[in-house]
Amino acid sequence: MDNNSLSVEEILQSKRLLKRKKRMLLAFTMPLLIFVFITFISPIATMLYRSVYHPTVSQLIPLSLAELNTWDEAGDQLPNSQALKQFAIELQGLSKERLSGKLAEEINRLKPGSSSLIKSSARKLKKKSLEELQQNGDTLLLGYSKKWQDINLWRAMKRAGQAFTDSYYLTTFDLKRNAAGEIEQRDTQIYLKLYWKSLKIALIITFLTALLAYPLAYYLANAPSKIANRLMVLVLLPFWTSLLVRTTSWIAILQTNGVVNSTLQALGLIDEPFEMLYTQFATVIAMTHILLPFMILPLYSVMKNIDPSYFRAALSLGARPVPAFVKIYLPMTIPGVSAGALLVFIISIGYYITPAIVGGTEGQMISNIIAFHMQSSNNWELAAALGSLLLALIIALYWLYDRFVGVNNIKLG
Amino acid sequence: MKSYPKYFTFWHILAHYGLRFCSLLVLAFLMLPILVIIPLSFNVEPFFSFTEGMLALEPEAYSLKWYAEIWHDDKWLLAIKNSFFIGICATLIATVLGTLAAIGLSNPAMPWQKLWMAILLSPMIVPLIITAAGMYFFYSQLNLAGSYLGVILAHAALGTPFVLITVNAALSGFDYSLVNASLGLGARPLTTFFKVIMPLIRPGVISGALFAFITSFDEVVVVLFLAGPEQRTIPRQMFSGLREQINPTILAVATLLIVISAMLLFTIEYLRARSERIQSGELDS
Repeated sequence: MDNNSLSVEEILQSKRLLKRKKRMLLAFTMPLLIFVFITFISPIATMLYRSVYHPTVSQLIPLSLAELNTWDEAGDQLPNSQALKQFAIELQGLSKERLSGKLAEEINRLKPGSSSLIKSSARKLKKKSLEELQQNGDTLLLGYSKKWQDINLWRAMKRAGQAFTDSYYLTTFDLKRNAAGEIEQRDTQIYLKLYWKSLKIALIITFLTALLAYPLAYYLANAPSKIANRLMVLVLLPFWTSLLVRTTSWIAILQTNGVVNSTLQALGLIDEPFEMLYTQFATVIAMTHILLPFMILPLYSVMKNIDPSYFRAALSLGARPVPAFVKIYLPMTIPGVSAGALLVFIISIGYYITPAIVGGTEGQMISNIIAFHMQSSNNWELAAALGSLLLALIIALYWLYDRFVGVNNIKLG
Repeated sequence: MKSYPKYFTFWHILAHYGLRFCSLLVLAFLMLPILVIIPLSFNVEPFFSFTEGMLALEPEAYSLKWYAEIWHDDKWLLAIKNSFFIGICATLIATVLGTLAAIGLSNPAMPWQKLWMAILLSPMIVPLIITAAGMYFFYSQLNLAGSYLGVILAHAALGTPFVLITVNAALSGFDYSLVNASLGLGARPLTTFFKVIMPLIRPGVISGALFAFITSFDEVVVVLFLAGPEQRTIPRQMFSGLREQINPTILAVATLLIVISAMLLFTIEYLRARSERIQSGELDS
């Protein structure tokens, strides 16, 4: 419309209307936005915060740390006697509240071997009176063990007292700070190996699902629609069936006296049952089964929209089937393959339940070690750091998915 | 025999049958692991494998005792009750909030549409273990860990993206002049919503609600971290059963779950076909 034909009032009026409309739309969306921010985004933010914030030591010995902050840790002198006295007093307090073990555990993470030193000194300090400690707590402490003379122990203490720390991220990369505060490699590589293993498992699953889905999707896309619709139910039913049901069935199939082994034995093909359950093989095959529909559905929808006459034309013009397929048909299905592959890869990299049930120790993935640190070792900060890294990986993959496929093209069923 | 185009050689026809054979194999791979559960759940022996009697089809090798066991086990009964209670509450929250938001977001005049969409779809993309860990940290501080409210809120958050997507799809091509017409003719906004908008998007809302329900009904990771023993759901009970003592009651529960998912599948397919017909104008509301 030509704006010149409108008066100034009319333009203002339409702008006001548009503003009102926008406010209305925002009012519709706001309840869900607030809900998701409280119930979902804040928890994720808490986890990210948790991965760098670890106030345990700074809450256990706040006064000693205040003294240690004035100490020049780069020099070769021990902290001054006032700092040592303060530490002796606070250690005694912790000992009485049965918290000295917690401090010992925290310091031991940075300086291995210091746990028993702290615990035994705490026990001995318990009997002393407060005046005694205020007067010569430092000499008492140094008298208990020569290890208290080690400057690196005090450096570790000061570092452990910092509420914000990068140490959990260093751990996730199998790095650590040595006693002098320099970054170095850990002796054992755990987490990098685990990340590689998870990526490898996810890649194998992505490849297998693509391999299995391609011929089926092609067949379904080119079959008469009546047959295709009926067969599609066989793809959608597994998709809709509970994850735990499908994992249960793989236990029944793969276990030592399960369906596969007993069939093979009854047929006389093997004497000894295969050990298939609780292996990486079990994780891969069960997850391939679970994620296969996520590959079939996008492939099918892409293939459905390809005009079959291109391929037929190539054949009728005398092209041999294989080159015709590779040159004509395959390139047209690439959007479907990449959509399915990214989707399967994104889902499988963060999988937890299936590896936890059928994977045994060798079939575990990143998620399982995060759960382990949450539930068994109670190292929540490390779990949060590992989780944040996994989250970064997923966001990067998701960004790729959005660029190549478009988030709005996610279809259900 | 079917007729093939003239330029088809013997190899073309062989490839055609080869493809059909491969497709059937893949379909078998998809279906057999699920079908194998059903006969096993009638096993009279406490095993996860076929007995010789079962293979010989002897009637006494089969029994319904694992189904009876579900009804005699308080843990399973509580789990079933919890699954439905939590699932229905979470679905109600997710459907109401998700439908409203989809109406706002589907309008092109909505500012920052793409950003809001990315944020609101994120519960579907973030791996459950990360969601569960974060929720455990956060909900513990609010004293919501180990409570019904905590699990319901968490499941509602996980279900909203599905409602958003399905209602958004139902609204694509929605003619907003209908709303203007209704308002212009003097209908109040609420009347307009229930008499004009709702009938047109109802299939999308219902299938979104079903998706939200199945998401909660099948979810176990968040429950594992956030729920106390009081809030155990069916999948949570199955998870601990599979890790601790394997008992064929799980197979009976699994068979019931297969029946439920088959029913849900057919309902959703019916709704989808219906909404397609509404959009193509074949069907009046």
